[in-house]
Amino acid sequence: MVAADASRDFGVYVHVPFCAVRCGYCDFNTYAPSELGGATRDGYVEAALAEMELARRAMGTDPRPASTVFFGGGTPTMLDAAELARLLRGVSDTWGLASGVEVTTEANPDSVTEESLAALAGAGFTRVSLGMQSAVPRVLATLDRTHDPENVARAVAWAKGAGLATSVDLIYGTPGETLDDWRESVDAAVALEPDHVSAYALVIEDGTRMGRDLRAGRIAPVDTDVQADMYEAADDTLAAAGYSWYEVSNWAQTPGDACRHNVGYWRGQDWWGIGPGAHSYREVPGGEARRWWNVKHPRAYAERLAEGESPEAGGEALDDEQRYVERVMLAVRLASGITLSELRPASAAAVGALAADGLVVREARTEKEGPRVVLTRRGRLLADAVVRALVWPDGASGSSAS
Amino acid sequence: MPSDPRIEPASTSPSAIRNFCIIAHIDHGKSTLADRMLQLTGVVSEREMKAQYLDRMDIERERGITIKSQAVRMPWAVDDAPCALNMIDTPGHVDFTYEVSRSLAACEGAVLLVDAAQGIEAQTLANLYLAMENDLVIIPVLNKIDLPAAEPDRYAEELAGLVGCDPDDVMRVSGKTGEGVAALLDRIVRDVPAPVGDADAPTRAIIFDSVYDTYRGVVTYVRVVDGHLTPREKIVMMSTRATHELLEIGVISPEPVPTKGLGVGEVGYLITGVKDVRQSRVGDTVTDASRQAKEPIGKYRDPRPMVFSGLFPLDGSDFPDLRDALDRLKLNDAALVFEPENSVALGFGFRCGYLGLLHLEIVRERLEREFDLDLISTAPNVVYRVTMEDGKEIVVTNPSEFPGGKIAEVREPVVKATILAPSEFIGTIMELCQQRRGTMGTMNYLSADRVEMHYTMPLAEIVFDFFDQLKSRTRGYASLDYEPSGEQPADLVKVDILLQGEAVDAFSAVVHKDAAYAYGVRMTAKLRELIPRQQFEVPIQAAIGARVIARETIRAMRKDVLAKCYGGDISRKRKLLEKQKEGKKRMKTIGRVDVPQEAFIAALSTADEGSDKGEKKK
Repeated sequence: MVAADASRDFGVYVHVPFCAVRCGYCDFNTYAPSELGGATRDGYVEAALAEMELARRAMGTDPRPASTVFFGGGTPTMLDAAELARLLRGVSDTWGLASGVEVTTEANPDSVTEESLAALAGAGFTRVSLGMQSAVPRVLATLDRTHDPENVARAVAWAKGAGLATSVDLIYGTPGETLDDWRESVDAAVALEPDHVSAYALVIEDGTRMGRDLRAGRIAPVDTDVQADMYEAADDTLAAAGYSWYEVSNWAQTPGDACRHNVGYWRGQDWWGIGPGAHSYREVPGGEARRWWNVKHPRAYAERLAEGESPEAGGEALDDEQRYVERVMLAVRLASGITLSELRPASAAAVGALAADGLVVREARTEKEGPRVVLTRRGRLLADAVVRALVWPDGASGSSAS
Repeated sequence: MPSDPRIEPASTSPSAIRNFCIIAHIDHGKSTLADRMLQLTGVVSEREMKAQYLDRMDIERERGITIKSQAVRMPWAVDDAPCALNMIDTPGHVDFTYEVSRSLAACEGAVLLVDAAQGIEAQTLANLYLAMENDLVIIPVLNKIDLPAAEPDRYAEELAGLVGCDPDDVMRVSGKTGEGVAALLDRIVRDVPAPVGDADAPTRAIIFDSVYDTYRGVVTYVRVVDGHLTPREKIVMMSTRATHELLEIGVISPEPVPTKGLGVGEVGYLITGVKDVRQSRVGDTVTDASRQAKEPIGKYRDPRPMVFSGLFPLDGSDFPDLRDALDRLKLNDAALVFEPENSVALGFGFRCGYLGLLHLEIVRERLEREFDLDLISTAPNVVYRVTMEDGKEIVVTNPSEFPGGKIAEVREPVVKATILAPSEFIGTIMELCQQRRGTMGTMNYLSADRVEMHYTMPLAEIVFDFFDQLKSRTRGYASLDYEPSGEQPADLVKVDILLQGEAVDAFSAVVHKDAAYAYGVRMTAKLRELIPRQQFEVPIQAAIGARVIARETIRAMRKDVLAKCYGGDISRKRKLLEKQKEGKKRMKTIGRVDVPQEAFIAALSTADEGSDKGEKKK
């Protein structure tokens, strides 16, 4: 077994595949009780702990403790605090926790109590990310969210009281949502004074109930220009309230309030994903970069692990080109951008045109590393186009036919 | 097949020969009638009968039109006197007028076949006039009398008026049931004159068709006027002076049957081993190399392309296949011309010249069907002659090559158009022709409620969408025929369409000054809808030279980012980007603007939709 680069951070993601109900827009790997096909919470916790044990063995002599742990879902808080604490202990026993470790859990405002949040804090959790989505009841109803907007305020207050860092997630572009609705939601989020805010444009995926409604013409998508207005409105409000963007969809009060676990994804760090459908990624210095993912259904996942087998369903070894594409694709999303020196010469040559179009700026942060290419606000809204222009400059910078 | 020594090929007396053709509109039942004649004369048995035996190619059978003619020899006796009837099939469409005239030159008589439910159509009328000019004996026949909608009395009157006979002389048949067909054969024998020629004069035979056959090479159809053709002799093509050896000579009945030769008045085929129909051209005269005739029969005319259009493979890698396919089609199509063209918008392709719109459609369809190619064609245009102020003359076959600078005069081809329609549509048709810069000539009533209108019009107006408009405005009742009639100076300008300041060659058009604005507005609006938004604002302009006459703007795209990109999203996101990169390969880049090829195709193919919309708005 080849040892990993000790200078690279290592994170652990734990996927909790349970929800009380399936929301109409959701295409995540999660299951309402009726969809579990016999899989149970208990069985899940046992299986997840068993996967950690397998992972430990697979990583051999890799000495790195977990710098960050993130419980996502699904709705992790469908598990009770003791079960979450047991899983965190499993991570700690398996890899150890680095000093200053960040331990986040996502939570539904309805599925936490003052006690449960205190218990999580006591078990070593440091941060909670609450799915607020919107402050407008009509919009929440379209999203199938059951919570009362006031529950969010309560949950944030309890979390702060328990000493947890707080984040709220918002969704914009829900069918029927107006720009004013959205402003109201952002204002409400800011009023809670969380440490961190995420705002995501709703993507209506095929295979979801909302996707079917869209195809059937029962709902109309929000125009992308309106979505752009919404993004800019959020950015304005958040900036005025002292939040800075550090990733396209994420804002934090201070640099220290950024979600380090997620930043790890965007910086190409290693992580192990525990749980059904979880993805993992590891680079071996001088060797291959590999990504793999687990079987999706909790029952299949539990059965594999009960047999002592790996739950891996598939994987890919990334070649240099793919690694480069991912590196640019992810780093560009960050406010730290990507250094010019990391770009291939053809990519670097495309920066000029992007800067001329007002999509990126070149910022010199330190003399040593040289200038960085950073998205402007307009560029943040066109980040995918910027990435294409950088990684495939022949097409985008204009192979002028004239 | 019954054989009578008196009508053996090569030894049939001209007095026992009748050469005739059938003049008919596309769907008036010519092929069905021909089938019936083949059966009645015993040339083809019922069992062998393929429906519409004479139309060889699938396309022809599906469209019900005969593109390439053939000649079939059929025995038919009247009062125990055996005759050899040569039925010469003629193309029925406006694009092939010259070929029709050569077929007529090989005949002494013509059956004028008209659908008893529809009456005569403009193209048939044009061919009838051509036959009358050639002094052919006309036998007027109404077909499809079995149809419930047939009005034989009414149309017999119309035909009688046109031909100058008594309505009772108009025969009534049904190709479908066979009714009246035997009587028609009798009438042909009686009325059509026997061919006249000098058997001792130097050999002269007119070529009225030339077909490429994969196995035999070029098969040439001829009518012997004077002298005699025999196998193995050396022949000369009078227009090119090229010498060939006659490898085989024969008649079609209905399969090729080699014979000892062909004498005066006889119709048959010859094979010389040449591989390209250009070496054996329709209209040319064949003579004996050892004893050459002085004068050809009629004047040979090279086929002249009237309509041009760019033809591009949808998939650029099909370009070599397209070139091979055109080379192969050319073997069988003396009128098709083409040369390579490189378009910014559409890539590599060919600029092709055609006899007319139907010819264009047939070529395109054959390329797609027989060679399995997916093609885009640009809007058809005509040939312009531009005289510059310094006296230099430029012939323009591609609008994007229309010169800028000081132009003294532009000349465009004009045609004489004949339109036949119910008289209730006179006003509508006059309005349409006026919009299309037509000048009205005479107008004749064919009957109380059918009228024949003559216009002189720019060909460019006809190739645009005139026929579709005429059909839709007359509920399909009007028919059109036209023939080239020289050229005229006109106030024409080139309108360029520019994307971010760069001209998109495929959309440059030469239009009349008065129509330029409308064209510009329509194309810019259409492209604005079809071209996806870019990361920057894209102006679309229509311009005459440096003067912008219409402008639209594609607003910059504002949002193109996937909101969430966490651990599990990364592969999917990368694959999506890779897919977008593949999509980009199919894009054409004009300046910095990425345009999906589909947008160009849609803009080219919905030309008339746009004009309809424009009219509704007014």
